[in-house]
Amino acid sequence: MSVHITVDGKLIEIEPRAGQVLRTVLRGAGITSVNRGCDAGDCGACSVLVDGSAVHSCLFPAHRLDGQTVTTVAGLGSERSPHPVQTAFVEAAAFQCGFCTAGMIVTASTFDEAELDELPRMLKGNLCRCTGYRSIHDALRAVRNVEQPEAGQAATRSVRAPAAWRVVTGREEYTLDGPDSEYRTGASDTTALLHLAVLGSPHPHARILSIDTSAAEAMPGVRLVLTHRDSPATAFSTGRHQDRLEDPDDTHVLDEVVRFHGQRVAAVVADSLADAQRALGAIVVEYELLPAVFDPDLARQPGAPLVHPELTAEARAAAPERNTVAEEHGERGDVAAALATAEASGATVSGTWNTARVTHAALESHAARGWLDADGRLVIRTSSQVPYLVRDEVARIFELEPQRVRVFAARVGGGFGGKQELLTEDLVALAVLKLGRAVQYEFTRGDEFTIAPLRHPMTVSVRLGATADGILTAIAVDQLMDTGAYGNHGIGVMYHSVHESVAVYRCANVRVDAQSVYTNNPPAGAFRGYGLGQVIFAVESAMDELARELGIDPFELRRRNVVVPGDPLLTIHEEEDKDIAYRGAHGAGQCLDLVEAALAAPGGLPVPEGWSVGTGMALAMIATVPPRGHFADATIRALDVPADADGSTPDGALFELEVGTAEFGNGSTTVHAQLASQVLGTTPERIRIRQSDTDLPGHDTGAYGSTGTVVAGMAVYRAATALAEQLASGGAREATGHSDGTPRSVAFNVHGMRVAVQPGTGEVLILRSIQAADAGTVLNPEQLRGQIEGGTAQAIGSALYEEVRVDAGGEITTVAFRNYRVPKFGDVPVTEVLFAKTHDPLGPLGAKSMSEAPYNPVAPALANAIRDAIGVRPHALPMTRDVVWRLVNL
Amino acid sequence: MDLIGVREVRMAADRSDLVFAADEIPLGGGTWLFSEEQPGVGGMVDLTGLGWDPLVEQPDGGLTIAATCTLAELRALPPRVGRTAHPLFAVAVDALLGSWKIHRFATVGGNICLALPAGPMTSLTAALDGVGVIWTPDGGERRVLIADLVTNVCETVLTHGEVLRAVELPASALAGRVAHRRISLAHLGRSGAFVIARLDAHERFIVTITAATPRPYQLRFPGLPTAEELADGIEGFVRDWYDDPHGAPDWRRAMSLRFAEECRIELGGAA
Repeated sequence: MSVHITVDGKLIEIEPRAGQVLRTVLRGAGITSVNRGCDAGDCGACSVLVDGSAVHSCLFPAHRLDGQTVTTVAGLGSERSPHPVQTAFVEAAAFQCGFCTAGMIVTASTFDEAELDELPRMLKGNLCRCTGYRSIHDALRAVRNVEQPEAGQAATRSVRAPAAWRVVTGREEYTLDGPDSEYRTGASDTTALLHLAVLGSPHPHARILSIDTSAAEAMPGVRLVLTHRDSPATAFSTGRHQDRLEDPDDTHVLDEVVRFHGQRVAAVVADSLADAQRALGAIVVEYELLPAVFDPDLARQPGAPLVHPELTAEARAAAPERNTVAEEHGERGDVAAALATAEASGATVSGTWNTARVTHAALESHAARGWLDADGRLVIRTSSQVPYLVRDEVARIFELEPQRVRVFAARVGGGFGGKQELLTEDLVALAVLKLGRAVQYEFTRGDEFTIAPLRHPMTVSVRLGATADGILTAIAVDQLMDTGAYGNHGIGVMYHSVHESVAVYRCANVRVDAQSVYTNNPPAGAFRGYGLGQVIFAVESAMDELARELGIDPFELRRRNVVVPGDPLLTIHEEEDKDIAYRGAHGAGQCLDLVEAALAAPGGLPVPEGWSVGTGMALAMIATVPPRGHFADATIRALDVPADADGSTPDGALFELEVGTAEFGNGSTTVHAQLASQVLGTTPERIRIRQSDTDLPGHDTGAYGSTGTVVAGMAVYRAATALAEQLASGGAREATGHSDGTPRSVAFNVHGMRVAVQPGTGEVLILRSIQAADAGTVLNPEQLRGQIEGGTAQAIGSALYEEVRVDAGGEITTVAFRNYRVPKFGDVPVTEVLFAKTHDPLGPLGAKSMSEAPYNPVAPALANAIRDAIGVRPHALPMTRDVVWRLVNL
Repeated sequence: MDLIGVREVRMAADRSDLVFAADEIPLGGGTWLFSEEQPGVGGMVDLTGLGWDPLVEQPDGGLTIAATCTLAELRALPPRVGRTAHPLFAVAVDALLGSWKIHRFATVGGNICLALPAGPMTSLTAALDGVGVIWTPDGGERRVLIADLVTNVCETVLTHGEVLRAVELPASALAGRVAHRRISLAHLGRSGAFVIARLDAHERFIVTITAATPRPYQLRFPGLPTAEELADGIEGFVRDWYDDPHGAPDWRRAMSLRFAEECRIELGGAA
């Protein structure tokens, strides 16, 4: 039965299906200003107004539609005629990736004054993973945070993101917002988009003996069923790096053996998603169950079930016969002797710390859409931080010339490392190549918990020795990490985790043991901080304990031991990596001073009566660029301005910049526009930017390792500088720039926390949160503040709330936001953000990277503050209320 | 989310529509039903078409809440002289993890019938001696205390084809003095323990524990108990403290005991 509704002022005729919800009705009608975040009413990204009242459109039953007026964020206003809340979000810079913004604005557009005073309650149905909510609060209180500098003055100013107006009015395209015309080309001409759904394994380790797909193939709408019989033989890793050899080749598109609960067994491609999903139940699979192992410590013992007995040396896992994907054991100096001396004449401390699995919770889930273009090339539009690396690997898996594959990303709705993977594109490619038609595969929120890689859980033991006056003489770190059933990022994360976390301190005797172990748990992968956060949690907790043991102030203890400019950055080897050095001003020292002074100054929330108060701090160091090469090419050209117009191109651009890196809320695009306009003497809105598309000239390693400013930005800066010189001398109107990400530098972050703990219930209230960052030249203060606040909020989540739970059989049991607490508006305190005055000669205009780094010192600062408050040291994350209550009361 | 197994949704117009096929279920607000996959559900009967009065004041001061009354409607009910328990309505509605956008659709009956330990409408109506009016498939009805209606996690006494019609809150309970405490692992989070205590006109002390347990536990004392009597009563009665991502069982036990004692003191018990 067809009915009419009015959407954003237009009357449309719809035919709701039984069991359908408003969100899919709207998306089906081509209305892309409504986003899907969780599809369960938990996140609010899909909020729209129905007859003026805000609803989660994912929960609104479509059969109740008849005559209503629906308003999405696009219907609230446009750039020419915006709703006041849209203007406020632009002026406050109240978004990063912007995927939650539509629902946030629609929801907030209904608030009256009284409700604006109750934002924690009013916004408890809206999640933002990027911002930490301060800027959203500013928007709703009409605080202006952005500036409009004069031509040539944009660098170091708080310029708004180029996409700001499009984001707040629902006009910015995300991965699945592309127009139908995009894929209706060439071989796919006029054909409708097909949808792919995946059958997951019900077992943690099993061999597929047989799969009968005949019943599924006969079901309505089904076009194709894929099984391991259709899979290319080429092994690969879902983890993507510039050098593909950094990850083990242990994965197939579809495998005859499944190694974790939920792993792909088969895929159905059908006319509709519902058709595809319904057909999954008709696939008959016979499994031979294989022994499974879930504890990483057991997994490395002799006799444990082997997760990958089939791997050869070619796959590059260190020792598959011991379930070991990577390990490092080494010592510089003599740790045992140093500890013995410290025991006798100074102090020693030791402990073991554990961290939980965490999901990235980017509000846009992984998704890809593929088709063949007019030349028969495979095209994939995907939610990826690394389109070029995905292109290269897809070409390799399917034995295509790289130029026969185009991969591009529109704006990506959050990443945090989770989209440095190849998770959807391979299946889409397989389906497109088989059918010659456009195919879409979108992860559900449940998939994000169960089959998308999570943060590596680690067990880290630390022993420290020091002289009586607090000079470190021994550091021993023993790290064990569960990489899960596949080794994507299982090597890189391990090496990184025990590098800057240890090298941050000068110490003559250092021992590191680290092991990355396969289990039949769901795979872990890249996560903001790339392993550092887990080990820094342990090392900085131990440092806090050492300060107590010695009676030395924790800031002072760091000051006496932290590396200073010119020091080598050492762990177990006598020589530091050749391309990395601590240069310039003493950013670490400045950060320590800034946080110490700020904590000593008055401020923060009052202490509730009867609660215990504690203060804690932690220090973190990070390399500004990943090792072994990170490349970016930029091309910039002066546009020919039509003589007949009013001196401008249709979009007002004077220059066109092409740069391959992706924008996922990191703000790189803003910085690129700032850098180019600064050099070329114009304003950022005069720079048109084309990005994250392998059809652009040159190469880009992608948006990981916090490289958007220091690598891609450097390429942009060089291109713009070359163009400016050429234009001045009447030369060519196009120039290129390149950066290879080396040499590298280091950056520091110090976090200070004051907390109150209710000893009877375990509640932790953050009274004060302060972070100082050694970011070099701050190219965009408001954006950087947002990165630090957002990193802090994400770290507060991992420290106090978040845990992806896995049961004894390797099945994940927390599969929705309602059972996994991503910090909400009311959970995140104000963080005071302070900047060190440093300058990095390697970065554009002296900037350092600062995206992952702010996350790292937060959990140990919180743990140390809780320790100070309750007298008992936490040894595990998350420090939920029940855990803290136990520390006090048991 | 779209429910792919649902072939038909019937909008109920009167009671004769409440005849359910084997794979048909009643639909209230839909805020939970559409939030998860519903394997095995082939059809739904939308109760909101029945047009039940959401809130009916009884002459004796009692209140009848239709199963289809939304949480927002309940929260908006004006206070009434002598109805000392009235503030609990807003407290319980706000205890729902879902926001005010959910309150506008989620129904009191739906929340009770879902029978989650943290279901705040179960907490509220069980604590106020609410009686569930159940329509049976034969056209009759039966009444069950809400405290007994929810029997376990996502389990109730309702059989297939039965529909919760309303919850009757007796005037005596609504006129009691109440105290309440609630905690979750996060501010404004899903309840890990929710304790509501009530002192009625006859000085009887009734304490109801929800969220910390798989089902509501209600203890009745003839007068204000001592701290020891209360704690012993709870310890002797509740053996199955609930375990899920919203709190460990030992913490839930401790919070329930702590809150019950705080409520006892708030209602006049000796410290």
